[in-house]
Amino acid sequence: MRRFFGSSVTKKLVMALAGLFLITFLIVHLTINLFLLSDDPDPFNKAAHFMASNPLIKIFEVVLMGGFLIHIICGVILQIQNWMARPKRYKVTYPSQTSFFSKYMIYLGIIILIFLFLHFMNFFFIKLGWVEGDHENFYGIAHDLFHMPQYLVIYLFSFLILAFHLNHAFQSAFQTLGLNHAKYTPVIKGIGLVYSIVVPVGYSIIPIVIYFFK
Amino acid sequence: MNITLKIWRQKNKQDKGKFVTYKLDGVSTEMTFLEMLDYLNEKLIKEDADPVAFDSDCREGICGMCGLYINGRPNGPEKGVTTCQLSMSVFKDGKKITVEPWRSKAFPVIKDLVVDRSTFDKLIQVGGYISANTGAAPEANSIPIKKEDVDRAFDSGICIGCGTCVAACKNASAMLFVSAKISQLSLLPQGRVEAKERVQAMVLKMDELGFGNCTNTGACEAECPKEISLSNIARMNREFYKAKIS
Repeated sequence: MRRFFGSSVTKKLVMALAGLFLITFLIVHLTINLFLLSDDPDPFNKAAHFMASNPLIKIFEVVLMGGFLIHIICGVILQIQNWMARPKRYKVTYPSQTSFFSKYMIYLGIIILIFLFLHFMNFFFIKLGWVEGDHENFYGIAHDLFHMPQYLVIYLFSFLILAFHLNHAFQSAFQTLGLNHAKYTPVIKGIGLVYSIVVPVGYSIIPIVIYFFK
Repeated sequence: MNITLKIWRQKNKQDKGKFVTYKLDGVSTEMTFLEMLDYLNEKLIKEDADPVAFDSDCREGICGMCGLYINGRPNGPEKGVTTCQLSMSVFKDGKKITVEPWRSKAFPVIKDLVVDRSTFDKLIQVGGYISANTGAAPEANSIPIKKEDVDRAFDSGICIGCGTCVAACKNASAMLFVSAKISQLSLLPQGRVEAKERVQAMVLKMDELGFGNCTNTGACEAECPKEISLSNIARMNREFYKAKIS
């Protein structure tokens, strides 16, 4: 299995690149989501329609799904190897000064994956025609969902978890790429911290505004 | 002072092992941790019991032979020290101290607190060296090297191969050790000659020996008695990518 998927360093590199790709995509997705705040459903629906019909975007979609799959597969393989590397655990453990969320990345990732499945059921699978729904009115679907308190709670919780995941992920990806520098690493860590707060907060504000004010 | 020790006892590799509790009186705060274990063993020998097996050699923090997991941390609560440099003065009277061996698939327990770290030797054997002709040592100043590079190579070269990084890492990864050895050699012109082969051979061997994968948590750096930096792992990654694409 190790031979097929390459060395540990290669798997980490692939995982980091896929992760950085997904990090970039989060900004694209957030930009489109901001159209949901408009009272006019047209801009969002047009953007969604463009995303569904443009051939270039369709290619990008395959790349994006590939990015998710590669990130998940590499993550799971690395995690299983890591568990196997310590078959007998310590009786007493004391938390050392480390990147806190790095210890829980796999669990945070699993929660995000569950949310992603729910998200696909509500939107992406409708677009593909796998699940019934009005694929010309994603604005309406999103607004209906965000008016359901239970969906709002799940959504906000998922983005809190994503924030924790990103908090470690951003700077970790750069370290894996071999980019560690006395002067620039603190800057990268700073950008990562800001990103892990701003982007999930950006996603979270939209349903809150819709629930309370729209 | 009086302390209660909870020590991992395991007869041999096959034995399942268990924790045994020992109450120890008359421990001096001036003892080192290993001297305290010597003191316990003298007591056990007098009682005709089996003394606790643990590794040590120089007892001055330079050989890398000792290494115990004390109260949930490799080498105990002090920063930047090996187990042999740990003083009993950091523990309070009446304190319960749990002592465990390094836990890793690649470091199987031989007896009690002694683990087999020959996997580190195997890593060195595949590339942790430079090939040079034997004979008289050449003139040291014949190859000019930047002071900055010498310092950085030295910072990596002070790794004593104790295995704290593997013990501390939640994934039992040896990447800090391997990267320190790779860095130490690749930063110097003598080591650059075989840099490409070295990094590939050592990374593949590290995977083969069953060490885990680094998740950039940083526990290794935080607990390393020689305070080896995580930047070594980034350098190892760079060296590995360079070797793969060139």
